[in-house]
Amino acid sequence: MLSMSTNNSSYNDQGGADSAVEIGQETTPTSNSGAGFGLFSTDFKKNDDLKEMLENNKESLKLEAMKRIVGLIAKGKNASELFPAVVKNVASKNIELKKLVYVYLVRYAEEQQDLALLSISTFQRALKDPNQLIRASALRVLSSIRVPIIIPIMMLAIKEAASDMSPYVRKTSAHAIQKLYSLDPDQKEHLIEVIEKLLKDKSTLVAGSVVMAFEEVCPERIDLIHKNYRKLCNLLVDVEEWGQVVIISMLTRYARTQFTSPWREDGVFDENSERAFYESDEEKTRDDTEIKPYTMDPDHRLLLRNTKPLLQSRNTAVVMSVAQLYWHLAPRNEVSIVTKSLVRLLRSHREVQYIVLQNIATMSIQRKGMFEPYMKSFYVRSTDATHIKSLKLEILTNLANEANISTILREFQTYVKSQDKQFAAGTIQAIGRCATNISEVTDTCLNGLVLLLSNRDETVVAESVVVIKKLLQAQPSQHSDIIKHMAKLLDNITVSMARASILWLIGEYCERVPKIAPDVLRKMAKSFTSEEDIVKLQTVNLAAKLYLTNSKQTKLLTQYILNLGKYDQNYDIRDRTRFIRQLIVPNEKSGALSKYARRILLAPKPAPVLESAYKDRDRYQLGTLSHTINTKASGYLELSDWPAVAPDQSVRNVEVIEPVKEWAPSLGKTGKSKPAKSSDDKFYSDSGEEEEDEKGSGTSSSNDGSSSSSAGLSLCLCVPPPGPVCVSGPAFVPEKSHNLLHRMTGKGLAAQYQFTRQPCLYQPNMVSVQISLTNTSDHRLEQIHIGERSPAGLKIHCFNTIGESHCFSTLDDTKEDQFSVSIQPAVGDLFLAVTMTEQDFRKEQGKLQGMNECSATITVTAENTSSQPLNRRVAAMANVGVVPSGQDNVHRFAGKTACSGAVLLVTVELRESSAAVITINTEKSVMGSMLLRDLKKSLAQA
Amino acid sequence: MIHSLFLVNSSGDIFLEKHWKSVVSRSVCDYFFEAQERASEPENVPPVIPTPHHYLISVLRHRIYFVAVIQSEVPPLFVIEFLHRVVDTFQDYFGVCTEAAIKDNVVVVYELLEEMLDNGFPLATESNILKELIKPPTILRTVVNTITGSTNVGEQLPTGQLSVVPWRRTGVKYTNNEAYFDVVEEIDAIIDKSGSTITAEIQGVIDACVKLTGMPDLTLSFMNPRLLDDVSFHPCVRFKRWEAERILSFIPPDGNFRLLSYHVSSQNLHPLRSTSLVAIPVYVKHNITFREGSSQGRFELTLGPKQTMGKGVEAVLVNSQLPRGVLNTNLNPSQGTYTFDPVTKLLTWDVGKINPQKLPSLKGSMSLQAGASKPDENPTINIQFKIQQSALSGLKVNRLDMYGEKYKPFKGIKYMTKAGKFQVRT
Repeated sequence: MLSMSTNNSSYNDQGGADSAVEIGQETTPTSNSGAGFGLFSTDFKKNDDLKEMLENNKESLKLEAMKRIVGLIAKGKNASELFPAVVKNVASKNIELKKLVYVYLVRYAEEQQDLALLSISTFQRALKDPNQLIRASALRVLSSIRVPIIIPIMMLAIKEAASDMSPYVRKTSAHAIQKLYSLDPDQKEHLIEVIEKLLKDKSTLVAGSVVMAFEEVCPERIDLIHKNYRKLCNLLVDVEEWGQVVIISMLTRYARTQFTSPWREDGVFDENSERAFYESDEEKTRDDTEIKPYTMDPDHRLLLRNTKPLLQSRNTAVVMSVAQLYWHLAPRNEVSIVTKSLVRLLRSHREVQYIVLQNIATMSIQRKGMFEPYMKSFYVRSTDATHIKSLKLEILTNLANEANISTILREFQTYVKSQDKQFAAGTIQAIGRCATNISEVTDTCLNGLVLLLSNRDETVVAESVVVIKKLLQAQPSQHSDIIKHMAKLLDNITVSMARASILWLIGEYCERVPKIAPDVLRKMAKSFTSEEDIVKLQTVNLAAKLYLTNSKQTKLLTQYILNLGKYDQNYDIRDRTRFIRQLIVPNEKSGALSKYARRILLAPKPAPVLESAYKDRDRYQLGTLSHTINTKASGYLELSDWPAVAPDQSVRNVEVIEPVKEWAPSLGKTGKSKPAKSSDDKFYSDSGEEEEDEKGSGTSSSNDGSSSSSAGLSLCLCVPPPGPVCVSGPAFVPEKSHNLLHRMTGKGLAAQYQFTRQPCLYQPNMVSVQISLTNTSDHRLEQIHIGERSPAGLKIHCFNTIGESHCFSTLDDTKEDQFSVSIQPAVGDLFLAVTMTEQDFRKEQGKLQGMNECSATITVTAENTSSQPLNRRVAAMANVGVVPSGQDNVHRFAGKTACSGAVLLVTVELRESSAAVITINTEKSVMGSMLLRDLKKSLAQA
Repeated sequence: MIHSLFLVNSSGDIFLEKHWKSVVSRSVCDYFFEAQERASEPENVPPVIPTPHHYLISVLRHRIYFVAVIQSEVPPLFVIEFLHRVVDTFQDYFGVCTEAAIKDNVVVVYELLEEMLDNGFPLATESNILKELIKPPTILRTVVNTITGSTNVGEQLPTGQLSVVPWRRTGVKYTNNEAYFDVVEEIDAIIDKSGSTITAEIQGVIDACVKLTGMPDLTLSFMNPRLLDDVSFHPCVRFKRWEAERILSFIPPDGNFRLLSYHVSSQNLHPLRSTSLVAIPVYVKHNITFREGSSQGRFELTLGPKQTMGKGVEAVLVNSQLPRGVLNTNLNPSQGTYTFDPVTKLLTWDVGKINPQKLPSLKGSMSLQAGASKPDENPTINIQFKIQQSALSGLKVNRLDMYGEKYKPFKGIKYMTKAGKFQVRT
């Protein structure tokens, strides 16, 4: 394989044959050529060369050129002048070439709007393509071209795609909504209509994307969610992971506006009782209700229950979003179930750790108990990045309490010795915070910090001084020793913050160290001019305080310092000096204020409160960008407070029967999750469904003993997704019904079934079966339901238990009967009729040759030779649609299997002397041959 | 959501950019470079950097920064997780994720990024789906493509995209049907000066390589499933079944994937004891001293096996960041080789296998900067090792069954224990 050489002449030398062989491995000639002019000319020449390649007839050359252009785009180089040459290829047959052209278009269309319009018709055509991938990608590109003129076209395309057969295309349309909105916010109203429509979509593929669009376009239209709330909760587990994150965060916001607070009003949470609480959840809530009339809205509970399994997701973003949902919505005693999962995330990548630790830091301030058992997971390792270390330190400090403080302090001792001095300094601050928060250890901490004053490292000492200062301020009574010790340190410490702290301390408590203080002032006066500003300010303060308490010894020193300060370069210091002078040195101009100088300067000062930096971060929703950066990010949606009174709950009721989700997932997935899930669903599916059942059973119950009551029910057999062709209604519905359960075997209950050939209500890939139940006995039958559904690979969406199928007498004998029945569909009933053109038919047929074809020659009866009866015969046999045919003697029919959407093509060609050739093309060869056999029989009989 | 992506190499050059919405000038990365300069180590660059109009969220993998540009509120983990998924995909496609590999395959990279995000929202991140859309480049395929003119790009929507088992494509065929599972446990521990365990926990994963025809439905059961109370699953695992029966039941993706990861901390093993009882497989005897006023320091290190369940400890590697004051070392390993980098002060000792009869040791002296005071911290020792055929937590797979297909697959299970972040404080 040739790789492109770097000098530019080789570009021009290259023949077409060579470049066809390379595979986009070009290196950058430009970056090597250095000088500005050289760079320009190389680019220029190369682009010329590319233009030639694009205009060539050879597909491979074009592709090669596009690959190199994409390479240029990737490097951020400008390739916009090639636009006319590239846009010509937008209709190329070569799919890879086409895709690369799309990439180019999306990148440059904004700059070259007029030329971009040339491509639009191609996309409009592609939007009608039978291949869903092509439809979807056409919509993607069309909506990504940021050209305002085509807004109406985009709008139209979005509306159309929103009702596309393929969920994938509908998903793309949800994405396109956001793109159009950012291009033209005036379209909002129309877009909301589309969003409303898509929110009703039952596909898990669409859910995440449309909620994303909702959040971007109309997050305030919370009313659109009501009707879809329960559906979203129930779909959640099966939505793709990225969609889950978006939906969960939207539902968090929704729930805060719709439900009342599950938190007890007194706000005090007794952490000790937490565990007991948790075990006896049920009882406790009952107790609670007696005291307070709070009961959780079942919808609120539904959300909490359906998100819980997602804590096990491998996607860290999903786990975090569930954690924040629990934090913001769950009753206080349930929040702790997220702890373990959050701690698990700490094993993930550094960046994940960072975000998770930040959130834990915020949580741990309010709820120590949640993370205390996992304290050791927050121990710092020497290999952690600095920001991870400081976050862990933060959390450990938050978790400290009387019981564990000794362990934590021991751990901190190791950290103080760390080679990472920034981290060591952080640890000292943390020790200071522990000392103020837990009074038992204040002295221990103080002693430890004083020991650190003799550390060799300057930053450690300086940090200790600052922290000790704060601690002493909290309880200055008996610590003159420490102050003396620190005064001695002043000779050696060079860190200005530390020097300033020592000076402040001496000044503040100068009466406790009457001998030392003036001496310190003397030293400072000597070095005043070379000090940092902050130290100078404190020196002035010290001088002023000493002047007030001990003016005999320090008067001259103070004057000297004030004079120095008067001519300082820094205006803050000049200001301060002037102020102090007026305040403490009495003269005729200074008014009444100087009388109070002592009370002003030596007023008792409140001790500083050492607080966590994460203290007030909980004003932001956890897990958000705003929480991470601690400022409101653009587009941040505030989490509202709980409403005092819950808004109307009935808005979430849905009249229509939702397709009960538990049947949709994969073959096996459901099999096992059935029992638990269906009980989950009870909440919402019950009300609607029962009505329906009642209707059926209630219709007929006449008085005579042998009367029958029949219930019309539909039961669906299921299997996976729909294909690209349009499903049409059945051409013919057979009236024949089959016996499912004879009344003798069924002890009075008879059941008949019939294939309605109607598209199934629950899922497009199910076949609907109508079962009529008749009670021929003289007693009432209750609780008719379908029991264990064993056959593997078969899914049944069955009706719920029928309340009762009653008749006249009410004999109260409870007896359970079970009947095993089986439905045997004729192969023809497993298809769905589709319409297609003759052209498509031939194309499809071309794809299904060889193994997929079976044919037979038969003799047809006379009456079947004309098209009408023949069509009827075939339609009766199988649920297929008639394909218009150009030839009189050839009849074509098309259908697809309900389960997999595999196309089925039937051709009946009539020959001379009532011979006919039946050809069936389908990839389901077994079904094909079965159908062929049935058709042979049917057409041959009179 | 994600507006743009910039890839930045360790020398601070942007070598690839991709925009999903309007173009964002690459000058936005200047804020990132500033932060990079301020950080002492590459890892210390903050993952989230606010700038006046955008927010930069970055991950560092394989010495490449993947910098995503965000314009409005989005959960940061969402972006971080996605970026890691991008890196994983590149690794999957090109074997390695290096600057050179990305530059060589820039077209495939672009096609992938185009498919993975639409308008900044993830569209297809499942490797099985992507591989149907864009075939990974192999030498054979490139040759075939140049001759036949066929392309790497699929024309049909991948079956997985619509199906309820998006992780598996249909029509998988193998002549040899095999399913291998690796139980790999990493032990994270901090051991203090005196040799007692401060914290120890086990992080385990079950990685699988499943090459089975059709749509097999597998169940995996454990001898001691109670160990697993903190787990996260690949989406294919049926959670309800696990909750009810403690059995892993799943339709596997095709090829390599991580079935499950779990966490065993001292708490789950012994809820009543605060001290950890996770078995520590090696012990370290150390004597590292610096004397005040002397320019010499002593260094002695001996390793030995402990609680290894009779399995040998292999591939032992010790490294330690010595204090800045150390100029050079003069050490003598009883086995293996050692190196000391006088610039970074990193000591590395490649020990190899531990022979319980003759324990490996590293002894000698360190020379310190003359006149400098003695370092106040003793170095931390990081140890890596492997123990084959044993999982430290004692987790054992009971059996693997397959349903839904007729053939008999070849099954294999392997156990391994490794050191994760195993640190000894001295």
